[in-house]
Amino acid sequence: MIEVKELSKFYGPRPAIDRLNFSIQPGEIVGFLGPNGAGKSTTMKIVTGFMPATSGTVTVAGFDVFEQSLQVKRNVGYLPETPPLYFEMIVEDFLKFAAKLHDVPASQLKAKVDSALERTGLTQVRKRIIGNLSKGYKQRVGIAQALVHDPKVLILDEPTVGLDPAQIIEIRELIKSLAGQHTVILSSHILQEVTATCQRIIVISKGKIVAQDTIERLTTQINQGVIYGLTVKATETQGIEAIRALKSVAHVDVSGNKLLVALHPDQASERDQIIQAAVNAKMGVLDFALERRSLEEVFLELTHEQSNGVAS
Amino acid sequence: MKKSLTIAVKDYRTYFTSPMGYILIAGFMLIMGWMFFNSLTYFTLQNLQYKQFGMGKGASLTEGIVKPFLGNMNVVLLFFAPFITMRLFAEERKLQSIQLLLTSPITLTELVVGKFLSALFLVGTMVLLTAIYPIILVAYGNPDVGTLFTSYLGTLLLASCYLSAGVFFSSTTENQIVAGALTFATGLFFWLINWASQSAGPVLGDVLEYLSLIQHYNNFSQGLLTTTDLIFYISFIGLGLFFTHRVLDSYRWR
Repeated sequence: MIEVKELSKFYGPRPAIDRLNFSIQPGEIVGFLGPNGAGKSTTMKIVTGFMPATSGTVTVAGFDVFEQSLQVKRNVGYLPETPPLYFEMIVEDFLKFAAKLHDVPASQLKAKVDSALERTGLTQVRKRIIGNLSKGYKQRVGIAQALVHDPKVLILDEPTVGLDPAQIIEIRELIKSLAGQHTVILSSHILQEVTATCQRIIVISKGKIVAQDTIERLTTQINQGVIYGLTVKATETQGIEAIRALKSVAHVDVSGNKLLVALHPDQASERDQIIQAAVNAKMGVLDFALERRSLEEVFLELTHEQSNGVAS
Repeated sequence: MKKSLTIAVKDYRTYFTSPMGYILIAGFMLIMGWMFFNSLTYFTLQNLQYKQFGMGKGASLTEGIVKPFLGNMNVVLLFFAPFITMRLFAEERKLQSIQLLLTSPITLTELVVGKFLSALFLVGTMVLLTAIYPIILVAYGNPDVGTLFTSYLGTLLLASCYLSAGVFFSSTTENQIVAGALTFATGLFFWLINWASQSAGPVLGDVLEYLSLIQHYNNFSQGLLTTTDLIFYISFIGLGLFFTHRVLDSYRWR
């Protein structure tokens, strides 16, 4: 559905994005993940045809965004970082306006607007003035505006920013419900967001793609071996050495009164012996649990490696 | 062009979702009403004096009322046009709602024409509402209807020139005040540009005379429709909209 090849964009001499390559299949929900200023918004602006690229090509639904921008725009719904709303307009009128701009025929206008209102949960506020709505509702109007013409591709730039937790969950559910009928790209710098909604993520940092895979694979790819966290009252060198000496233990990190014990992936775990060693050294075991490495750390590691690579 | 109309209608309605449209229309009608009343009383007084001293018929309704009334309206519109056009693009840029328009399947030409039409519709509303005064004249007297028609057409074309400049300046900035001030200054400058035509020498003098917005209005107020004047006004409007198109295009490249 979306093919991006060797896409670059320069702001002056500085590249905002640097030779990006990725493709997205119909019906997929893909998360664009990266720290602020990584080039997420720039990429999205180019894919929507808002802004031309310096070099490289993008095709959406088979149309080139630069050569056939009108066809592309007809097939794309876009929610920019700041929702493009006319505060003095009524919700319903605004959606009608957005639909008309996107070539929705007059006969289907009412049905499409009603369906967009319903899907975004705006039916009760359809007669309200947009400027008087709360931030969460404004964001929903922004999303409704993007999907009112039933586009093949939906591009959502940080769709849940500034919402309260309940609203965030609602918006995520809404995005998930779009899978299959629409191809969705959403960007975020928040990990839970992407893990909660997307099937696949593309991690970008400093304008380059540093990883792209399914969430499960990306986590396991880096998360080799198992780590246990052992919290104690006081750390004793002797006890730590005893744990280090165990056959299945790869290494032990100490931070404060917490030991992070990494085990070799292919060895039978010796949890008993680890605890035993701690008890023998009278460290006073408070807690022992499996440390799951979150995607957060994977993300930090990826973006960190990237910046180290650039520095050296 | 259907989408230009969609944009024009939406923006026209926006004038009336805020007090702006009502204030502009009410203010304009108040000033024009006052001007009509005064030219009418002055006209009657003058005619009375002509009769009293047996100096003939005096000025006609067209010369005595219609001409000064519309001439004044042209000046008043110069003050009102900046307020009408200043928000058209500047506000969209400031609130970033322009992203919706620039990612919709519409061409920049459709967008620019739509914005211009919305302003023209408002000025059209204002100008046509003043038609009540000439209608009174027609009902009770015999002003030349043809001249009335050409004068109104000229006024609309002249106002369109201000609007075209206004649309252009609105597209160049996010600041509405800046857009408005530049529009007013430009309108006034092109109004006064022929002041130097006497002293500028034969060729340059003619050029300055030709560039003056008000100079081309004179024929309309005499009841004359000439292609020169029509072409001048339409080129002026077209040029303003063309520049707007270029500015919007460059906005995407930044």
